[in-house]
Amino acid sequence: MWMIEIPPFFPFFIGTFILLCTRGMLRSAIMILVPIVSALHLSMIPEGIHLQFAFLDYQLTPYRVDKLSIMFGYVFHIAALIGIIYSLHLRDTMQQVAAMLYAGSALGAVFAGDLLTLFVFWELLAFTSVFLIWARRTERSYHAGMRYLIIQVLSGVILLVGTLFYAHENNTLAFGYIGLDSIAGWLILIAFGIKCAFPIAHNWLTDAYPEATATGTVFLSAFTTKVAVYSLARAYPGAEILVYIGAAMTCFPIFFAVIENDLRRVLAYSLINQVGFMVVGIGIGTALAINGAVSHAFNDVIFKGLLFMSMGAVLHMTGRINGSDLGGLYKTMPKTTILCIVGAASISAFPLFSGFVSKSMVMSAALEEGYDWIWLMLLFASAGVFHHAGIKIPYFAFFAHDSGIRANDPPNNMLFAMAIAAALCIAIGIYPQALYSLLPYDTGYNPYDATHVLAQTQLLFFSALAFVWLNLKGLYPPELRSTHLDFDWVYRRAMPNVLQKVFSVIWQIDRTLRDAMKLRLNSYLSYFTRKNDRLSVLLSQNYPSGSMAMWVAVVLAAYLLLSFIK
Amino acid sequence: MKDEKKYLFDDPKNVKRLLHILYVCCALLVILDFVIHRHTMHDWEKVWAFYPIYGFIGCVVLVIVATWMRTFLMRSEDYYDNPNETSVNNDALSDKGLNKKGAHHVDD
Repeated sequence: MWMIEIPPFFPFFIGTFILLCTRGMLRSAIMILVPIVSALHLSMIPEGIHLQFAFLDYQLTPYRVDKLSIMFGYVFHIAALIGIIYSLHLRDTMQQVAAMLYAGSALGAVFAGDLLTLFVFWELLAFTSVFLIWARRTERSYHAGMRYLIIQVLSGVILLVGTLFYAHENNTLAFGYIGLDSIAGWLILIAFGIKCAFPIAHNWLTDAYPEATATGTVFLSAFTTKVAVYSLARAYPGAEILVYIGAAMTCFPIFFAVIENDLRRVLAYSLINQVGFMVVGIGIGTALAINGAVSHAFNDVIFKGLLFMSMGAVLHMTGRINGSDLGGLYKTMPKTTILCIVGAASISAFPLFSGFVSKSMVMSAALEEGYDWIWLMLLFASAGVFHHAGIKIPYFAFFAHDSGIRANDPPNNMLFAMAIAAALCIAIGIYPQALYSLLPYDTGYNPYDATHVLAQTQLLFFSALAFVWLNLKGLYPPELRSTHLDFDWVYRRAMPNVLQKVFSVIWQIDRTLRDAMKLRLNSYLSYFTRKNDRLSVLLSQNYPSGSMAMWVAVVLAAYLLLSFIK
Repeated sequence: MKDEKKYLFDDPKNVKRLLHILYVCCALLVILDFVIHRHTMHDWEKVWAFYPIYGFIGCVVLVIVATWMRTFLMRSEDYYDNPNETSVNNDALSDKGLNKKGAHHVDD
């Protein structure tokens, strides 16, 4: 049937056009219907290649369905639906269009069966999502969006170069296992790594996400990094370097998250931390580890979305998002508080919440494969994520000192979207088999054995105890209005400064050289003038060439006159 | 909760109660260590109360290191917005002055 050939990004792109022609309730209805219809359609599609054509000498495969891609396909539909419901109150066409196209691009990327199609959607992801940042319409968001766009496009360009190398080496564009034994492999890894927020390349995320609109960040947190995780899982399973990169990603952001004041930036750092767990899983590369990485990506989209939604609700209702300005909101925003705590419990991997059933797979795989130190780092990161995302976020927003703000719970559509996400977090936590049945491999893993549950609960409760103890002792760093330098300082401050200095030196040297040249020239000129002076009195005085020109003119004029007379 | 002025945690007693619940839970979890036989996969896990100790110490170290990081990473809130605020940028400004001089000095 021809219906089978409709790739999932298509309904989203068509939906965007219909959306532009409608308004009001009809537009809202279309926006909700698109992901639902598309998800139903996707659920009926069997595995395999459904769309393929030849382009120049290469086979392009814009639509390929397998176990790995369909997992991301489903979660992107869920994320799109939740995000759309969350932003139903908006009357901003730019954001609505950008969000629909963005979700469609993400779906296009995960179902791309060749590198060229992947590249096209890779760039589309950047160009559509940046409008969610610019939609904040502040100068800050404009600049942050620009930096975001430059880095994302850079990633795309590197991907394209890597693709060209790959096509030259292998004479095919098919997107499958790539590995690290060629230049193409490394280039494509760098491109994926930038979008995946590898250390040093991570600042686009912490820079731009907190500057996006309250609703925009919910979309942003779901798609870009997860597309990168998907691509890594397809192209580099078992690449050992990813284990170390991922472990670094789990650990370093938590330090920044503890001292960061902007609560959405705290969540951005913890997003990198969570992606780190997935990258470790992909690097280990066993069936259990890949399952862990993919299912953690699935869960992370939902619980991170929930946390960003709850902070977006706070921003929407109070206009503030800094920990130093907030506090005591549980009094008037009880529903948001509870939903936020569900998200916090999920990201902290409490038993019976969704994070637990996926994160423990990666940890177990690390131990099984003998990565002892990596396992210790992951354990530390687990305690740390509970500390900054699980406790700090709800504590400073909803409890802590009373800020005096008495904002109400957000509009119903926001609450409803958060409730869906929270329900999914708990449902997956209680009944993980539903999630496991979708996974690429069948490992028969059971997260709920006494050892795991006890170990994780002990770890979390004593982390909470540490928080309480530090707070009572007054050792906990207070929320301060501040900026903390991160690697982006290099390209936002150091490099411009260095360039400015370099250019000023260059200009100075240029000026001195030119001055010296002119001095030389002048002295030559006056030297010749003096010589001329001595030779001639009438024809050449101080300005030999000038006087000569004058005398030539006089002679010519004389000729002219003579011709008239004749 | 219904009272306009008094909310759940406005009463210090409730905060105390919550903390006591936490302490009791922590104690129970350590005791459970003796009751439940865990099949460990690694030697470190056999250390007595490995997870509680690791969790506690890990978090304390995390916070102390993060607080120390503030001493050299913290800048004012509008650090990036205001290019002529810090000492680094005063240099940059004077450089700019120089640049201007240079730029205007193309030809007399």
